[in-house]
Amino acid sequence: MTNRLDRLFAEKQDHILNVYFTAGYPSLEDTLPIVQALDAAGADLIEIGMPYSDPLADGPTIQESGMKAIQNGMSIPVLLEQIREIRKHSDIPLVLMGYFNPVMQYGEKRFFKDFAEAGVDGLILPDLPVYEYETLYQKAVEEAGLKMTFLITPQTEEARIRAIDELSTGFVYMVSNAAVTGGQGEISAQQTAYFERVAAMKLKRPRLIGFGISGHQSFETACRYANGAIIGSAFIRALSEGQDIRSTVISFVKNVREGAAAAAPSAK
Amino acid sequence: MIGIDERGYYGEFGGAYIPEMLHPNIAELQAEYVGIINEPGFQREFQKLLRDYVGRPSPLYLAERLSEHYQVNIYLKREDLNHTGAHKINNTVGQILLAKKLGKKRIIAETGAGQHGVATATVCALMGMPCVVYMGAVDIKRQAPNVSRMRMLGAEVRPAESGSKTLKDATNEAIRDWINNPVDTHYIIGSVVGPHPYPDMVARFQSVISEEMKWQLEEQTGKPNPDAVVACVGGGSNAAGAYYHYLNEKGVRLIAVEAAGKGVHSGESAATSVLGTRGIIHGSRTLLMQTKDGQIVEPYSLSAGLDYPGIGPMHAHLIASKRAEPISITDEDALRAAYFLSRKEGIIPALETFHALAALEVMAYQPSDVVVICLSGRGDKDLATFIQHFDDYNR
Ligand SMILES: Cc1ncc(COP(=O)(O)O)c(C=O)c1O
Repeated sequence: MTNRLDRLFAEKQDHILNVYFTAGYPSLEDTLPIVQALDAAGADLIEIGMPYSDPLADGPTIQESGMKAIQNGMSIPVLLEQIREIRKHSDIPLVLMGYFNPVMQYGEKRFFKDFAEAGVDGLILPDLPVYEYETLYQKAVEEAGLKMTFLITPQTEEARIRAIDELSTGFVYMVSNAAVTGGQGEISAQQTAYFERVAAMKLKRPRLIGFGISGHQSFETACRYANGAIIGSAFIRALSEGQDIRSTVISFVKNVREGAAAAAPSAK
Repeated sequence: MIGIDERGYYGEFGGAYIPEMLHPNIAELQAEYVGIINEPGFQREFQKLLRDYVGRPSPLYLAERLSEHYQVNIYLKREDLNHTGAHKINNTVGQILLAKKLGKKRIIAETGAGQHGVATATVCALMGMPCVVYMGAVDIKRQAPNVSRMRMLGAEVRPAESGSKTLKDATNEAIRDWINNPVDTHYIIGSVVGPHPYPDMVARFQSVISEEMKWQLEEQTGKPNPDAVVACVGGGSNAAGAYYHYLNEKGVRLIAVEAAGKGVHSGESAATSVLGTRGIIHGSRTLLMQTKDGQIVEPYSLSAGLDYPGIGPMHAHLIASKRAEPISITDEDALRAAYFLSRKEGIIPALETFHALAALEVMAYQPSDVVVICLSGRGDKDLATFIQHFDDYNR
């Protein structure tokens, strides 16, 4: 079976919308309905966050959703079961994103194998260093059929961007600015200069821009310079505030794709 | 030989498990730290500050009344007499000089007991650099005198409100600050924890403790090596400094004293060597307290400086390879030692340090042994705690 990420990138090269949410948030059983709603709403790819007690690269929104999810009872074995259930209902590409310690405790190789078999397509493990990945885990990840994604930032040097492009088998995750997740401001000229610089490098892998992408405008800006973008904290904030999951998700995605005016026609 | 390999591993422990955002800063430190530290100019400045500003060498003091009580020869390495009252300043002097060499303009730090925060605020004042110290909201309450000292020194103390609101969370917040300020900021970590090169770098700066112990013991006993070195371990920096020049001396026992809180198996403890398993915390592969799912457990100790769910990778290696002997001391044992020992020697050490002293009650030794205890800090910051429990222990 072809990997769903390969399938997606073969079919689509622009405006790829990757939505991140924390598994088990707002409540434990919401993982499946959120995936189904995102799929129905037209997200291209879903990044499921494995909650962690000490997420160093995340701002308060994702931290709090993770703490809540852990309290709700989310864990790696529970998530594995939920992914199996999701695959009975949806064929959307799925990437797992999380810190390495819980993966280690589950057993790295067992983790790669079990989640690949359950229907996960790729992994983002931001605190797993390149050297340790290459020497200890790359073979097992590839044998399991999973695609790997590494991050680059505005500070990453050109030679290292090239190396990360080589090593990434899914997409290259462009962190939009020097900050933890959760920013909401406009995209600055400095950021677009970085997006242009990387675009001009003609990398092998598709580029998705994440961190601080919060709505239609920033999504459109990111898509001018990359194959698509990743929205996380803004989606989690919407889930926290929304009443009904399905309608919240559908209007959120519509808003990102088309802008607020289209998503919420005024009352007049 | 006990030390790190080229990737910063002590045996299986160490490394740099960091998100890409930290890569440029960590790679720069990895590439530069040994060269900078070994420059003669750096060493001159470092040694001069240690002598004239910190007040080194710190005395090695034969505690006669204590020795008589325990029937063994006890020497106290008086890190409490350093400027700012603890060993922490050895490291902050070294790191601020390094930060200056790297052209950094802003300093951040985490602190538990506040001793490292004070030591960082102090060197920042000395060098005229802005300083932000992250401190758990719980620790801000229980170590109030040190919060005031940091403010006097011109530092901004930012409360960490996440998780258990103690040292682990303050460390998380400091790392997040560094991610948000990747160019001009240096992060002065306060212990032998964190991604490579921090554990080795901090150990080198603290190694002055055992360097002095060697010649001081030679002067006082005729032999440079004791039979045992005892130190408390939060992250493990005073222990790393006290062990450093004895790591490869097989005849010297290394005793690592951890905080058992309300009892090792009470569920409220920070005894990592007993309760810890292999994993990653703050960028380092080491032993840490975690659930079977890999979520970091919130530790407990009455002492804010030992209230950390991991230990540095050097200590994980020393314990896993049986080179060091771990001992766990409860809040009660440490407090009992506090009321007893203050009066025996006229010294009031920090609550952290009393854990090391309480180890004398449980460790094995011969009467002829020479035991050096690293007196990591003074107890002024803990007086409110000592007085609060005074009547329970002094009836
Ligand atoms: C006096 C004193 N001793 C020991 C410690 C524990 O730190 P470490 O294990 O790094 O020496 C602290 C930490 O705050 C301290 O203030």
